[in-house]
Amino acid sequence: MKYMLNPTLNPQIYAADVEKIPTRNGYGDALVELGEKNPDIFVLTGDLAESTRVLAFQKKFPQQFVECGVAEQNMMGVAAGLALAGKIPFVSSYAVFVPGRCWDQLRVSVCYSNSNVKIAGAHSGISVGPDGATHQALEDIAITRVLPNLTVVVPCDAEETRKCTHAVAEKVGPCYFRFAREKTPVITTKETPFEIGKALVGREGKDATIAACGPLLHEALLAARELEKEGVEVEVLNCHTLKPFDVETLVASVKKTGCCVTVEEHQITGGLYGAVAECLGRNLPAPLEAVGMPDHFGESGEPDELLEKYGMKAKHIVAAVKKAMGRKK
Amino acid sequence: MITDKRIAELEKTANQIRQDIIEMLLMAKSGHSAGPLGMADVFTALYFEIANITPETRGEPDRDRVVLSNAHICPVLYATLANRGYFPREELKTLRKLGTRLQGHSNNHFGPDLPIETSGGPLGQGSSQAVGMAIAARANAKRNDVRANGDSPLPVWHTWALLSDGELDEGQSWEAIALAGKLNLRELTAFVDRNNIQIDGFTEDIMPLEPLADKFKAFNWSVVEIDGHNIQEIVAAADKARAIAENPTVIICHTIPGKGVDFMENKFEWHGKPPNVAEAEAALRELRTLGGQIMSEHE
Repeated sequence: MKYMLNPTLNPQIYAADVEKIPTRNGYGDALVELGEKNPDIFVLTGDLAESTRVLAFQKKFPQQFVECGVAEQNMMGVAAGLALAGKIPFVSSYAVFVPGRCWDQLRVSVCYSNSNVKIAGAHSGISVGPDGATHQALEDIAITRVLPNLTVVVPCDAEETRKCTHAVAEKVGPCYFRFAREKTPVITTKETPFEIGKALVGREGKDATIAACGPLLHEALLAARELEKEGVEVEVLNCHTLKPFDVETLVASVKKTGCCVTVEEHQITGGLYGAVAECLGRNLPAPLEAVGMPDHFGESGEPDELLEKYGMKAKHIVAAVKKAMGRKK
Repeated sequence: MITDKRIAELEKTANQIRQDIIEMLLMAKSGHSAGPLGMADVFTALYFEIANITPETRGEPDRDRVVLSNAHICPVLYATLANRGYFPREELKTLRKLGTRLQGHSNNHFGPDLPIETSGGPLGQGSSQAVGMAIAARANAKRNDVRANGDSPLPVWHTWALLSDGELDEGQSWEAIALAGKLNLRELTAFVDRNNIQIDGFTEDIMPLEPLADKFKAFNWSVVEIDGHNIQEIVAAADKARAIAENPTVIICHTIPGKGVDFMENKFEWHGKPPNVAEAEAALRELRTLGGQIMSEHE
């Protein structure tokens, strides 16, 4: 095989029974690890301690835990106050509520004041499933990516979420990162490098670039394997950091491949597609196709049914790659 | 106990701050008049007498945190800081001009060496941030209680939030008030500027707040009501608030919006506009007359 999978990734990645863990578990694990080391770490939640995986932290470090009740605007502001007084607060809720219900507080109390607040949006994407459209955050990247001073990260699996949680605690400044609800495939290992602002080449190729973020990175890798059978060598990038976006890695890849497809569990408008379009538009105009939510609300259903219906499975990515390649001059 | 002489001094300072507010707004050609004039006495008492902050100790980790939530009244903050010696009064003329530290709504990064802890403007946000700062102080105090011999103590402070009555329309304010009540957050004191006006009219017409004291009590706050133009009452209320060990305290400051300038007093039309040249001259004449000719009852 000429083009190799990144050797630090899970070798079982293509197996039918690939191990699956919810990304949010990595968040809960990391918070406890952080709490052990740093008494300035604070965790806040709005009546969602269990499902955002912060219960273990609460039990272990009750003095560093603030239960804010179902009141997200206040929670964001309290976090800003804690941060401005030297603490490192993690705000834990569902992405539809945080940043969905407290964007003005995020904009002014956190970003404009440049307070060192970490915002964890759980249950993002269409794969939230049966709860339906109200609880499927498909706009959170767009409304965070637009804010000055804010870093935006979408980790792809539980291990990357764990690393991401440590990295954002380390980095001074406000940061938003999102998780999924469902168990999703283990893509990375302890050895896989993770650096905020640095995309990871998950698989090398020369014919097309797939820029993916979040658990759908797995579908992107499956699509690349399918295309390989037809002699198409696809490069797959894990673009976990939406802001600051890694222009260098994307441009280098598209220079080689000549076209790109974005893959994300988010509205196509303003999310990863938006970030990639802005990057290529400025640096290297090239055919660009999108796999994501096409300006539509979600609905109730099983996660897999929804990904199928709204076109976010490997076969849809394969079709998008072919379309992008067909547009190359 | 504050002396009569000190009260008389602070009354003069408050008058100077009011004159500075008029001059700043005239130069800026935009901004808010009524609220800043109405809060000049509270700001004077807070920055000259109550809060543990001085220009000589700026940036100290154990400084008291003062959070201005209704930041549209920031001309009174800037004029107070200038009179307190944080920067030359000349700089007040830069209010709202390009490149100024004195932004139209106060911000913590334009003047990092000023005691401005955060940015404000969108109403209701200061309450929550003040709660966060008070929680942080409590956490530090608790760690100090169990610190090992030889470890230096962590800084602790009192947090003073400055809120307006109109901004209590915001649900976020009550979310913050509820959390502070739940935590018995005695490390926090809020001043509410009860001037009864907001942009569109009188508060009780726009969105009734009464019974305001009872609402705070129902949220587990201690309540002190004072004449917000009486320096002695303001200082005594702050002393009392610091002494209350059970829960957070709100000091409801009954004030006259536009205080000191008769054609502005109690007029909601003066909430959000600056004086023109003739109005500013009339206002300054009135304030100077007050300052020079009417003896303080404490003199």
